[in-house]
Amino acid sequence: MTPLPQSPAAVETRLPATRAGFMRREWLPIMLFVLLALLPFAAMLGPEKYTLSLVTRVMIFALAAISLDLILGYGALVSFGHAAFLGIGGYAVGILAAHGVQDAALQVPVALLASGLFALLTGAISLRTKGVYFIMITLAFGQMAFFFAVSLSAYGGDDGLTLASRSKLFGLAWLENDRFFYALVLALLIGCYALTRAIVASRFGRVIRGAKENPVRMEAVGFSPFRYQLAAYVIAGMICGLAGVLLANQAEFVAPAYMAWQRSGELIVMVILGGLGSLHGAIIGAAAFLLLEEILSGYTEHWKLIFGPFLVLVVLFARGGLLGLLARVRGKDRADG
Amino acid sequence: MAEMSGSETPALALVDLNKAYGALKVTDHVSLDVATGELHAIIGPNGAGKTTLIHQMSGLARSDSGHILLDGQDITGLSMATRVRKGLARSFQITSIIPGFTGLENVALAVQARLGSSFRLFGAVSREERLNAPARDILETVGLLGRADLPAGLLSHGEKRQLELAIAMATEPRVLLLDEPLAGTGPEESAAVIALLRKLKGRYTIVLIEHDMDAVFALADRVSVLVYGRIIASGAPDAVRQDPAVREAYLGEEGP
Repeated sequence: MTPLPQSPAAVETRLPATRAGFMRREWLPIMLFVLLALLPFAAMLGPEKYTLSLVTRVMIFALAAISLDLILGYGALVSFGHAAFLGIGGYAVGILAAHGVQDAALQVPVALLASGLFALLTGAISLRTKGVYFIMITLAFGQMAFFFAVSLSAYGGDDGLTLASRSKLFGLAWLENDRFFYALVLALLIGCYALTRAIVASRFGRVIRGAKENPVRMEAVGFSPFRYQLAAYVIAGMICGLAGVLLANQAEFVAPAYMAWQRSGELIVMVILGGLGSLHGAIIGAAAFLLLEEILSGYTEHWKLIFGPFLVLVVLFARGGLLGLLARVRGKDRADG
Repeated sequence: MAEMSGSETPALALVDLNKAYGALKVTDHVSLDVATGELHAIIGPNGAGKTTLIHQMSGLARSDSGHILLDGQDITGLSMATRVRKGLARSFQITSIIPGFTGLENVALAVQARLGSSFRLFGAVSREERLNAPARDILETVGLLGRADLPAGLLSHGEKRQLELAIAMATEPRVLLLDEPLAGTGPEESAAVIALLRKLKGRYTIVLIEHDMDAVFALADRVSVLVYGRIIASGAPDAVRQDPAVREAYLGEEGP
């Protein structure tokens, strides 16, 4: 039997549904978003272009990590091929741009449709398996997508595809402005956060969360979890596809490496590092991962030698990830004071 | 369905049901009728195949051959989830609840399963009175209303057994399959569960598997005895108690 989960999410659902309860529950994500909104102003004082570019990248990966947390944290579906959706979103931009379609108004729907379709097909097969087999089969599908991208010699093959420019927005080149692009990514991050937050608290979300803890019990009250899990898988895939669109625009480059299994692994690490099953934990995890990578790689090219033990420590001593650590520190404060 | 003279369609009927694991026959030509409103106990020594039989009835295990009829309708090929929606609910020998959900959420989930619309992506489910109100009523019936907002994983073992019954009730079943609801409960706890079973008796058609003979003979309208996958006797509790084959095969060991 599954041990009693003490994740922040499980606690959240029990808090009273009052306005005070809302603030208590949401103060951390709200603070995060306020910080992210204020950051561009601070960035003007320093190397603005570098800061905006780094934090934009953090937010894009946060978006991808949130989408993974939706199925991994709330559904216990350990998808080891989630980066495929980053690539699908990215290649939708790259390939369309190569054919002269540069407007996001067309690129985004195509990217969402393609990632949704890929999720539907691969999910319908993967979700028939459980546990390790699910991990293996999603990994296999991710690798298939990777090698498919490698074989696209018309679009750069192994080397990838450089974009001539960022996507247009209804014919306008607004995305070329780093501040505007930053604001857009932040708005999408907040939007998707609110969307996934609503989903996990809905009737649908309750089915997903229940199937995570006890699938047999779900069937014994009359649910067939498969359909709900598949729907969640498609939603997660589409959100990650959107992140792929943004990533391609941020880097102005698309390559098969977007879909490499290491990338899928990194997404899992981000989610676990931040704290599984909380959504904003995924944002914190993505930020911690990418900022540590940035800082450590400034000191040494062997930065993974430091990063690895750090991850081990977090997993060993901060169950529930950085969020869990934070909650414990706050709890201690309260007990002491 | 046309009624035959004098005899109603049984709520649940097993017709020549079989199941084998390899060479081991665990369900051997079992036929059984459970009348509407009846509490039918199935007893038998360990390893007699009682739990397998309940798995077959509920759809958790497939049958090799034979038929299962719910109100005369053949449900043999249906999944467990579909059977539940048709009115056949069950509890498990090893408590099966959702430990991270509160008691209320556990029961409301079953109400939700019955009402449908589970693809609704918006609207906070925890505030839906359409789900919570009936769930609270049921929790009150089983005596758990005071513990409704506690995570189910923190309940005592006996309370978990009661919660599991509440979950089954929330699916509004016509037939309730209970797999050893008293398993692992202490004397006080089991008194509470027996009191609850007495409340449920008559309200639902119940198939009860139980080791506690006192409980079985106090509650059951009819008793069937399963030994090595075969039903060797079936009838009123007193008649079954007197049956020489039963005494030899089973009751002799533990005393009636």
